[in-house]
Amino acid sequence: MTGASSGRDGSDLEALYQGIILDHNRRPKNYGELPAPVHHAAGRNPLCGDEVAVFVKTEGDTLAEVSFTGKGCAISRASASLMTGAVKGKSRAQVDALFDLFHDVVTGRKKAEDHKAELGSLVALGGVAKFPVRVKCASMAWHTLKKALETPAT
Amino acid sequence: MTLAPRADFPLLERHPSLHYLDSAATAQKPRVVLDAIRAFYEEANANPRRGAYALSFEATQRYWSARETIARFLGAADPECLVFVRGTTEAMNLVAATAGREGISAGDNVVVTALEHHASFVTWQRATIEANAQFRIAELRPDLTLDVEHFASLLDARTKVVAVTHVSNALGLVSPVAELVALVRRRAPRAMIVLDGAQSAPHLPVQFDALGVDFYAFSGHKLGGPMGIGGLLGRKALLETMPPYQTGGDMIESVGDQVSTWNTVPFKFEAGTPNAADAVGLAAACEYLTGLGMARVRAHEVALLRALVPALTAIEGVTVHGPTDDAAFAMRSGAVSFELAEAHPHDLATILDQAGVAIRAGHHCCQPLMRRLGVSATARASVFVYSGEADVAALAGAVRHARAVFAGD
Repeated sequence: MTGASSGRDGSDLEALYQGIILDHNRRPKNYGELPAPVHHAAGRNPLCGDEVAVFVKTEGDTLAEVSFTGKGCAISRASASLMTGAVKGKSRAQVDALFDLFHDVVTGRKKAEDHKAELGSLVALGGVAKFPVRVKCASMAWHTLKKALETPAT
Repeated sequence: MTLAPRADFPLLERHPSLHYLDSAATAQKPRVVLDAIRAFYEEANANPRRGAYALSFEATQRYWSARETIARFLGAADPECLVFVRGTTEAMNLVAATAGREGISAGDNVVVTALEHHASFVTWQRATIEANAQFRIAELRPDLTLDVEHFASLLDARTKVVAVTHVSNALGLVSPVAELVALVRRRAPRAMIVLDGAQSAPHLPVQFDALGVDFYAFSGHKLGGPMGIGGLLGRKALLETMPPYQTGGDMIESVGDQVSTWNTVPFKFEAGTPNAADAVGLAAACEYLTGLGMARVRAHEVALLRALVPALTAIEGVTVHGPTDDAAFAMRSGAVSFELAEAHPHDLATILDQAGVAIRAGHHCCQPLMRRLGVSATARASVFVYSGEADVAALAGAVRHARAVFAGD
């Protein structure tokens, strides 16, 4: 079984690597560490060696600022970049709900086009659903964000 | 042209548009291997070395005959020097848990290279931590070949184990084994030399008896055999003095209430019901490669690499790791690691997959090497007997396409 024989075609590849993904990969938003005190966690994909670190400044229950650093593929960088923008200003409960929806979309359980309003620019990652081996790349930053929020600010 | 017909390999026959360039991870299986495994179960299945009935005798014969064939394929005159294990990883762990544990004491040292696969690197790193011994890593020259002078400087009278890869799985570079063995014997007379043959057994004519090493570890699935069978070749005198690895059935001579004694080599190291069918399958793979001729296999792969490397370096933004000059092909084998500027290897692999080109993207179980390269991953294309110019052309075309996707700013 290859990509070519898996029922995917060139348009799936274009959907995966659409302009917004490539742009966020080249020029990620909110890249860099935030000054202390912040919630902070590091994530690592042991299969590929890619890593991401997420920094969150909270004000009460709100994620006031979110940033990331790390090395990784276009999908993981673009996903981290888009995530930082998507969660900023949201409450923890809203972030949890958004992550659940995002996860359902990239794993193909829900269709991105049915949830455009909630997803906002995260819609761009809907193409991942056709590439199951890349789901981890897309969700690594989110898992790391969750871990950061469970960690006391230092 | 391929050396072996794709039609010999059922998977390649089933996927005619597949350009399988990940043989360094695992090779596709020729039909004769699959047939041999099936024949064992259909014609001779019984527990080897157990029963007094004819069928068990037949299973025992086939299992032993497989050992003879595989030992002969790797240039070991005495089949008793071949211990069956699951693969290279288990072979390494066997040596570390037996000869390693007995031989390495506090203050001793173990020398490895920065090219080692985790199966070797981590196994010896852990063994030295447990023994409170030093773990010494021979570094690479700027061209990523082993720095032999640095390697030599690490050897001394307290060196107990030297573990070296025969062919680097990540870079496809052949180690200068004869030179390294001579250095070890001169400078570290008490050291055992363990050669990681995972990437040499499928690609190079190997003569274990002439290598001058103490152990040679290899995996069957990388040379066309089934997964889950491999071997450790060891010098007989050493194997005989080593303690057992695992305990259980068939590895004992007699079991007393308080003390037991061990079977002879190689059975001392093969506790439990053996993976006889897969050993028979691996022997069929060795016979298949012998039929092609390992010298021809080597020549075919070098010729392919001579096409593959320039096809990649001709693409703007592509870097091939390791030397690429004409002389370099004498020490290149099987795999080529490369990078495309601005494209992460995973993205590259996804785009290549869409064109039917299967390569490996990742750290290749070589994180120490990736650190030295300053990357988290590389892309790796690797060839075998069924690879040909069409695969090289498909690879180059797909990499160009990937470049268009990622460099188009």
